[in-house]
Amino acid sequence: MPDPMKIRANLLGDSTEVKVLMSHEMETGQRKDAQGKTIPAWFIQTVKVTHADKVVLAAQWGPAVSKNPFLSFKFEGGAKGDKVRITWIDNHGDTRTDEATIA
Amino acid sequence: MNTQRRQAMKAASAWTLVTLVAAAGWLKPGDAAAEDWNKGAFDTHSMDETLKALGGSPPAPSKDIVFFSTPDIAENGAVVPIGIRSSVPKTESIAILIEKNPNMLAAVFDIPPGTDPSLSTRIKMGQTSDVYALVKADGKYYVASKEIKVTLGGCGG
Repeated sequence: MPDPMKIRANLLGDSTEVKVLMSHEMETGQRKDAQGKTIPAWFIQTVKVTHADKVVLAAQWGPAVSKNPFLSFKFEGGAKGDKVRITWIDNHGDTRTDEATIA
Repeated sequence: MNTQRRQAMKAASAWTLVTLVAAAGWLKPGDAAAEDWNKGAFDTHSMDETLKALGGSPPAPSKDIVFFSTPDIAENGAVVPIGIRSSVPKTESIAILIEKNPNMLAAVFDIPPGTDPSLSTRIKMGQTSDVYALVKADGKYYVASKEIKVTLGGCGG
């Protein structure tokens, strides 16, 4: 089971600012280990952020996104106490979903 | 002896066919990740190829796309902060492309209505390169670029 994401969602005026830090190796598939063998690619491919069952951000990532990916953005229409739900899926088919409450 | 060789060759050619079929996209892996993920676009090496894979037309340079909190010089190529804001009306998606990375496309973000067309993330850069912010708005493509100098690459091993 992958480690949980760290999500912060704060109401700023009319919009909600979401900051998320995911825990993932994001291995590029370009690096080699000490024996000279290529380390296979292992990275998050899709990310979906939803608020009140509506998608507020969808992303597709390649291995060029940094290890332990960080993402920050804003959307309109959140209220204090609402939940923001984030799901990622990696190229192994592993997935993780976490929620945060808008503060 | 001969039949064994023949069988081996048969097996080998069958495998080649499977691989070709898979590459052509006729065989879709069953997992959800692969369905939404545009593999073709992430395999590209030039702006033209990437645009083709995303299904777009040549982008127009735009001053309405700006980089914020993005360094001119990145000391560590493994973690380069990138912030992109688009003021192009009806922005639908923002993509980050790094010209000199092994594969050009780093990330694509779909921006539904109601979401601010402004976001920040962190990417890896193998070497000093131009970074492109490709914005799709109202079906058209717009682009802005910024050179980021990298002191220590983030893709080698």
